[in-house]
Amino acid sequence: MAIITYREALNQALSEEIERDNNVVLLGEEVAQFKGSYKVSEGMLEKFGADRVIDTPISEAAFSGLAVGAAMMGMRPVVEFMFWSFCYVAFDQIFNNAASVRYMSGGLINVPIVFRGPANGGTNVGATHSHTPENFAANTPGLKVICPATPADAKGMLKAAIRDNDPVCVMENTILYNMKDEVPDDPDFIIPLGKANILKEGNDMSIIAHGKAVHTSLEVAQTLEEKHNISVEVLDLRSIRPLDVDAIIKTVKKTNRVLLVEENKPFCGVDAQIAFLIQDQAFDYLDAPIKRVSAIDAPQAYSKALENVQIPAHDRILAKAMELI
Amino acid sequence: MEGLHHDTILEPSATDSDKKKGDPKLEEKEKALPNQESAEDFSTSSANQSLSAEDKVDLYEKMLRIRRFEERSLRSYQQGHIGGFLHLYIGQEAVAVGSVSMLGEDDHVITAYRDHGHALAVGMDFDECMAELYGKKTGCSKGKGGSMHFFAPDKNYWGGHGIVGGQTPLGLGIAFALKYNNKKGSCLCFMGDGATNQGPFYESLNLASLWNLPVVYIIENNGYSMGTAESRHSAGDPLARRGDAFDIDWSVSNGHDIYEVRQTISDALASAHENCRPSVLEIVTYRYRGHSVADPDQTYRSKEEIEEYKTNKDPLNLFREKLIKEGNITEDQIKTIDNRAKGDADASAEFADASPYPDPSELMDDIYWETDNPDKKTSQGTMFFETPA
Repeated sequence: MAIITYREALNQALSEEIERDNNVVLLGEEVAQFKGSYKVSEGMLEKFGADRVIDTPISEAAFSGLAVGAAMMGMRPVVEFMFWSFCYVAFDQIFNNAASVRYMSGGLINVPIVFRGPANGGTNVGATHSHTPENFAANTPGLKVICPATPADAKGMLKAAIRDNDPVCVMENTILYNMKDEVPDDPDFIIPLGKANILKEGNDMSIIAHGKAVHTSLEVAQTLEEKHNISVEVLDLRSIRPLDVDAIIKTVKKTNRVLLVEENKPFCGVDAQIAFLIQDQAFDYLDAPIKRVSAIDAPQAYSKALENVQIPAHDRILAKAMELI
Repeated sequence: MEGLHHDTILEPSATDSDKKKGDPKLEEKEKALPNQESAEDFSTSSANQSLSAEDKVDLYEKMLRIRRFEERSLRSYQQGHIGGFLHLYIGQEAVAVGSVSMLGEDDHVITAYRDHGHALAVGMDFDECMAELYGKKTGCSKGKGGSMHFFAPDKNYWGGHGIVGGQTPLGLGIAFALKYNNKKGSCLCFMGDGATNQGPFYESLNLASLWNLPVVYIIENNGYSMGTAESRHSAGDPLARRGDAFDIDWSVSNGHDIYEVRQTISDALASAHENCRPSVLEIVTYRYRGHSVADPDQTYRSKEEIEEYKTNKDPLNLFREKLIKEGNITEDQIKTIDNRAKGDADASAEFADASPYPDPSELMDDIYWETDNPDKKTSQGTMFFETPA
């Protein structure tokens, strides 16, 4: 098992799947010659050629729709969005065509496609480049949505997504691209979609998070243990749809107190659904109201001074956790 | 036919010459179209010269069957059996039948929401189509797609798409997959004149030309984008000329003459098959019914305009007359074909009526491949968050 970055883990997943299956291609803006806007596809053009690693014009609606059409024909395209924020100009292709063709054809047509790229704030790029559309995508039956938070998950879940016969939206995070961790070398290393992961066990409180919020939550858990003697369990959802409801209910029943943390905006955000599920399925196990920390409910701000306040940070999460005790 | 593709009803007092003067696009369009008086005879052109009498009668029957099917579906709609939208293709039949009749094994078709004609042209049957309109379990999409969403991938037919212009990148992707797999095929991507103003169409044209993809964009220009006449929705004429910006070959042709449609498609297919080049074909046609049957249809065009087309350019009448003149069809055959089409249309309505509705539990089928194939499921967790009781 090697220690590699989240970025390299994605590269391995893409390379291994392109090597494994001739139907897999990677296409998007700057993925080939430029080696990827975030260097995720570095070296892949040289290795696999321009038929498999394909530079597109800045034309998200056309290349997303092209990939959906090719997937309907049996290919397995991986579409890279430079930012998931840019999917908004291709909304119809993803949310109508990729998501609905199977249903509207009575199951005659499959769309084995992956849409992937970073979906995060925190890099001072302003409102148009900082969207976190995992809640939009998960609100659309027909799409699957995952938010891997570690290098190993990035590899294992992207591989699972490429092998999946349904459309999968893979939401990454530019801030995690340099994160290093152990990642299995096995070319068949797969992490199934819909399986949450307990990153830290605890007894007094559960923090449930996804994406980069998982790492902030782990830091808060450490503070709570060291400074307040509170034992915290941290559950990384990893996958939004399918959702590991059993793991959520299990940790709530164990600790009886729950804090939900996400970098998604609050209204109709992912954690709104999770909070509903907990009260619906584990109400009698709750010793306190469910608490929640999300991004501050404003368009994503440019200035560091503002964005640092906006994204759930250690102290804001800690303060909310203390309300639970 | 002057005025046809332009809004005449807004200025009811204008004289013909005023209209013509006030609408420079009309003159351009007429220049681009072959002169009707000396219209070229395509019956012996390369695409049509080897058609046997039997082939020709078959083409006629296919067109007629589309019309009879749709006339029957309109009655069913009026009787309350069909819900939602019903966008009829009546008047445009020669375009779908002529186009599809030219296709080979690796040629594919995708279209927009006015899709019954293309669906029947590729060989879908009346029963599954009518049952779909009725929302029945026996429908081609099990009652989940409706009028706008007919599919038959086994017949290289990829829908049936409801969002105007939304199918244009999909057609590109079908062509991309064919080329990727070294197939000498093409994708005919049908669209209306209204779709030419959607952004994804231009993005698609750019990629089609840049990447040399064998896609044929067919603008079925029936003159109206819903209720908005071409002169009110599109700058620049003819519409197909927009292909010029991307170095794509384009043409304007008549859609009421099935021989001409076949020749037009034949030329574009050769370019797609031999040189992997896209085309933009504007085929001028007309729809007799409203945008959908719920459309009042009298706010934006006159009855006279519709009658004029029916009288002079009806694709079925014109073809039937030609076949009679050529000695390729008899009155008896014409009657037999018509009776068969009407009988089959009535039978399909009876079939649809007698078919069961889908069970509420079927709401959850066909969403994900994985939930439909639980034995091959690889993911875990909950996929659905509200299901029927």
